[in-house]
Amino acid sequence: MTLAADTRAPAPAPAPRKRRQGTMARSRRREAIALVMPSLIPILVLSVAPLVMGLALAFTDARLVRNPDYDFTGIDNFTKLAGNSFFWDSLRIGLIWTVGVTVLQLAASMGLALLLNSGLKLQGLTRVLALIPWAMPPVVVAIMWQMIYSANGGPLNAFLGSVGLPDDTNWLGDFSTALPAVIVVGVWVGMPQTTVTLLAGLQQIPQDLHEAAAVDGAGAWRRFTAVTWPSLRPIVTSITSLNFIWNFNSFSLVYVLTEGGPGGKTMVPVLFIYLEAFKNRNIGYAAAMGLVLVIIVVLLLAVYLRSQFRDDRAERGR
Amino acid sequence: MRVLLRPAQYLALAAYILFLGFPLLWLISASVKSSGELNSLTVSLLPQQWHWDNYSDALDRQGLVHSAGNSLVVALVSTALVIVIALPASYVLARLKGKIRAAGVGWILVSQVFPVVLVILPLFLILRTIGLADSLAGLTLVHTTYTLPFALWMLQGYVSAIPVDLEEAGAMDGAGRWTVLRRIVFPLLMPGIVATAMFSFVSSWNEFFFALVLLQSPENYTLPITLNMFIGGEGKVSLGPLAAGAVLAAIPSIVFFTILRRRLTSGLMAGAVKG
Repeated sequence: MTLAADTRAPAPAPAPRKRRQGTMARSRRREAIALVMPSLIPILVLSVAPLVMGLALAFTDARLVRNPDYDFTGIDNFTKLAGNSFFWDSLRIGLIWTVGVTVLQLAASMGLALLLNSGLKLQGLTRVLALIPWAMPPVVVAIMWQMIYSANGGPLNAFLGSVGLPDDTNWLGDFSTALPAVIVVGVWVGMPQTTVTLLAGLQQIPQDLHEAAAVDGAGAWRRFTAVTWPSLRPIVTSITSLNFIWNFNSFSLVYVLTEGGPGGKTMVPVLFIYLEAFKNRNIGYAAAMGLVLVIIVVLLLAVYLRSQFRDDRAERGR
Repeated sequence: MRVLLRPAQYLALAAYILFLGFPLLWLISASVKSSGELNSLTVSLLPQQWHWDNYSDALDRQGLVHSAGNSLVVALVSTALVIVIALPASYVLARLKGKIRAAGVGWILVSQVFPVVLVILPLFLILRTIGLADSLAGLTLVHTTYTLPFALWMLQGYVSAIPVDLEEAGAMDGAGRWTVLRRIVFPLLMPGIVATAMFSFVSSWNEFFFALVLLQSPENYTLPITLNMFIGGEGKVSLGPLAAGAVLAAIPSIVFFTILRRRLTSGLMAGAVKG
């Protein structure tokens, strides 16, 4: 994909040319550094530094006040956190949200990608439609779905009523329906990116493989499990990992849809931490929660990726 | 079985189209309904009477137009900054190998996993210290920084696609390094630059979290923040104008994404496979 610039220097190098090459390489390097610097500085100042500071804050009792004056408190925040049942509740909700959205996203997107890859009409329309959820500002998405879910005068309840089902559910306001309702919106938002990625993967599978399998008498399902799925595996693993992280870190959608309500039923951890930091103003404590969250995500991801790689190896060994 | 497959596929496709498209359709429909119709119990997709006043109502609200202006400024400036900063770096990233490239690509991937919750607190403190916490300039810098990794990723992909031979041929003909860049690399890179710019614009235009935390004075609000305030406040009673405002806010992003369609496919694919 890329060729190194320095491999282009002439190969036979007599002694006097060697030094010139050295200075040339050095000036090239200086040039490269000069070109990278403008990108590096904002990233260092506004993204690496805050990350490091965030890690440090987690071990202090910092508060969000005009003249902050805080002490290093060791692991106090973490011992306090261990007994904070609200945080663990929110973590449980966050995991249901994340796993629910990620799995449903994958299933729904796989279905759509397969349909889009099977030569149906209306593909152009579907492909454009499939991008809309991705393009829309999260706030607009939330406004839109609040209208869909509206308890009276909402199209969802009107539809349910017209087919004889109960039509007075307050989807976003009811304890039992709020989280599932929010998960559906999460799936809607995340589907396009996953579909587009899976479709690109499907289009890379050589047609011969399918034909060969068909000649061998394999049906549609068998061809999917024997040809499509194994070829897509690496892509599925990558997009699922990314989706998992994105969904775990997602904030705007739930914040605007329900603000964590009703009764904390949709209080995902990121929202919980935001409130701890900017409403209760305990930024040291909030940073500790953030750190715990990061560790959990990394651990879960490591377990998932390990199992995927082990499966890969087992498959190759067969 | 064979005979049944096609109709079943079309049925499934129709269900997807309904699921993906209906919410937007409903929002548009709500944006042209009168408040009487919105509050009535008869529910229909087509309005009884097209009520365009919602749009002029939405535009009459000083807050909405003003914050759309803020959003536009932040999105345009951060897009310009992203391109100017990322272009040289992505060239280096694509053309040099070794540690710089490994570190650069590694960082881009890590940034996808970035715990924004952990970063936002110190970021707020840093910006407050340099006096940029509640300002559009501060938000612009933050948007620039957080779009950079993905922009670098996209751009270096486009640079890699330009064969080094082309540059060498130019150099052989006696053209200087800058001439080669200006005459050969730049024109070939233009579509990639346009795609990256549109992506950056949409990211900033849609962005909610940083804006929510960093901006406090209403005159600095960006469009998503104003819309969010509107939901909690009078939006409950004036659904029509809220829907109209939401439609207007979504238009730039949808237009850009429709144009970007093909490029997004390949750009993300590369990211996903490498991830």
